[in-house]
Amino acid sequence: MMQNIWKNERLFNVLVPVISAVLGMLAGAIIMVLGNYDPVVGFEALFNGMFGSPKAIGETIRAASPLILSGLAVGFAFKTGLFNIGVEGQLLVGWLASVWVGYAFDLPGVLHVIVSILAAAIAGGFWGMIPGYLKAKFKVHEVIVTIMLNYVALYVTADLIKRYLYAGNEKSYRIKETASLSSSFLSEITEGSRLHWGIAVAIIAAIIMWFILEKTAMGYELKSVGYNQHASMYAGMNVSKNVVLSMTISGAFAGIAGAMEGLGTFQNMTVLSSFTGTGFDGIAVALLGANNAFGIILSSLLFGGLNTAAPQMNFDANVPSELIKIIISLIIFFVASGYIIRVIAERFSKEGK
Amino acid sequence: MKKRKIGMALSLVLAAGTILGACGSNEGDKKEGTDKKAENFKVGLVTDTGGVDDKSFNQSSWEGLKKFGKEFGLEEGKGYRYLQSEKEAEYIPNLGKFADGGYNLTFAAGFLLEDAVQTAAEQNTGTNFALIDSLLMNEKFEPVFLDNVAAVTFEEHQGSFLVGAVAAKQSKTGKVGFIGGVDSPLIKKFENGFKAGVKSVNPDIEVIAQYAGDFNKPEKGSSIASTMYTKGADIIYHAAGGTGNGVFTEAKNRKKNGEDVWVIGVDRDQHEEGMPENVTLTSMVKRVDVAVYEISKMAMDGKFPGGKESVFGLKENAVGIAETKDNVSKESIELVKQYQDKILKGEIKVPKTDDEFAAFEKTLK
Repeated sequence: MMQNIWKNERLFNVLVPVISAVLGMLAGAIIMVLGNYDPVVGFEALFNGMFGSPKAIGETIRAASPLILSGLAVGFAFKTGLFNIGVEGQLLVGWLASVWVGYAFDLPGVLHVIVSILAAAIAGGFWGMIPGYLKAKFKVHEVIVTIMLNYVALYVTADLIKRYLYAGNEKSYRIKETASLSSSFLSEITEGSRLHWGIAVAIIAAIIMWFILEKTAMGYELKSVGYNQHASMYAGMNVSKNVVLSMTISGAFAGIAGAMEGLGTFQNMTVLSSFTGTGFDGIAVALLGANNAFGIILSSLLFGGLNTAAPQMNFDANVPSELIKIIISLIIFFVASGYIIRVIAERFSKEGK
Repeated sequence: MKKRKIGMALSLVLAAGTILGACGSNEGDKKEGTDKKAENFKVGLVTDTGGVDDKSFNQSSWEGLKKFGKEFGLEEGKGYRYLQSEKEAEYIPNLGKFADGGYNLTFAAGFLLEDAVQTAAEQNTGTNFALIDSLLMNEKFEPVFLDNVAAVTFEEHQGSFLVGAVAAKQSKTGKVGFIGGVDSPLIKKFENGFKAGVKSVNPDIEVIAQYAGDFNKPEKGSSIASTMYTKGADIIYHAAGGTGNGVFTEAKNRKKNGEDVWVIGVDRDQHEEGMPENVTLTSMVKRVDVAVYEISKMAMDGKFPGGKESVFGLKENAVGIAETKDNVSKESIELVKQYQDKILKGEIKVPKTDDEFAAFEKTLK
């Protein structure tokens, strides 16, 4: 019977992540015990913080919205064989662009939201296009350029806010009501969370990514370049064009992730002195979601939930936030290293014969 | 196949959470032998992303809260506690957690939490909040007040006046400097108070003031300090947070080379920062802990100062010159005492803004 389980491929695929998650939680529990904290109370708080109340669910989804988009950004570039570490910077310029348009323009309701989101997409797309162009034209490695552009974005956005949009207390002006993604309806059904329509935008973006990659000739070319540049060139595809295009679209997704913060969660932008981390989390989200649009949504919910629940764990179980970060990292580490578990399990089942 | 993996992982986390949650804890609340009023009083603190060991107002707030908790026999973690914010997005939920947890009063450490306090206070009208170092602001950036929010501000200009007097008394070159973090109404209070203090002692002393544009650029602090010392200033007062660390670095290097230069610290007693070269003349301390303690006590006694600004200054012992007075001369200490009395009696009204300072300077001549 036991051997049959390991032979059943479908069941196996389900079991591996289950085992990984259990291992992650066990490791987390051991660390909590070592640190003299009650793991039962700790995990109870973690669960409550993620899904324990309508408000927690709302906050989890809210936190997931920008993560989905930054995950899509990383995943999209990855499909074309590009590693976009610059999601953070593209997110920041998108955030600023959305707030700027949301604040400075006078447009009717829905249109204002759409224009603001488009502004974020264009700004992020432009920020992503720069490394794409440099890669295509001069073979400058995109990883280096995107990392550097993150810093440029961080300080340029801070300076622009200070110069043109500064309201006081290190914040920009607030966007107009018409540009806001926030919704009293969503907030009410989740008992006062900050859930906003951004989740709908994120899901639409995920569908768009899936559609581009799976259903269009453009997506086919992008993926083809990702698999094998030389073969694609031989087949008559324009590799340079595809590299620029991929980074631009990736940047646009990242820019919209910024709009989630600007038009949804905060309704303004702070003069940031350090990165938000959402762009970098996007890398982990994309890897965990196997660069697949649907997988990215799920892994974003996990990440968003863990991030949202961390303070709850601190609050209810007195586990210090540093320890929570370690535990979250371990859970993700084990879930992501499902391959190791698969190898070990296979060895065991062979020995059992 | 991958999606299923993650789906399963998710549901497992859920399932495990439920099972573990069911085991639950039933420690119950044990509180005895405490003050009657304190028995049911719970007070919390939400830090900004700096955390309670930031050597600045997060830390100071927490110290005030600890003092309050210990004095009235509250239990840490139940009667009083803090929650550190890791991200800006956590401010509102963190404030909300205290409200949901039945806390009577929650402090928000720093003006960065201003809009978060406003939102949380509107959502949780049944509980009180106190915002440190700022008033609530509306969209046009005018002050607004909510009945369940106490806005705590400090009279930094008064403390700055006193260290200004010390600087004027002990400067040998007749030139002193001021380095501000970001040019804002708040830091202007430091600058104008300092200048007023200097000029009151000796109107002929020149004050060079400059802003670094950042609270977290020590290298910029160093370069500005270097320029000022080179121009002949021998004492620099900084109100520049982390940028000020660079001022200390520059002063230490110069002192090693035999130059007679000093730094006046800010917010806390920065004597340690000046060691081993001993460059800290004195510091302008801002006792956030005093304010946190006082507001907590008022709230416990049913006198929570909601819906208004609570100003903490010399009178409340919340600003002033630092405990460590090793480098302050006897005459300076005497002088500080005199000015302190005058300010307390209202004989001197220390200027906060540039306009007020201009008017103040005229009265000196």
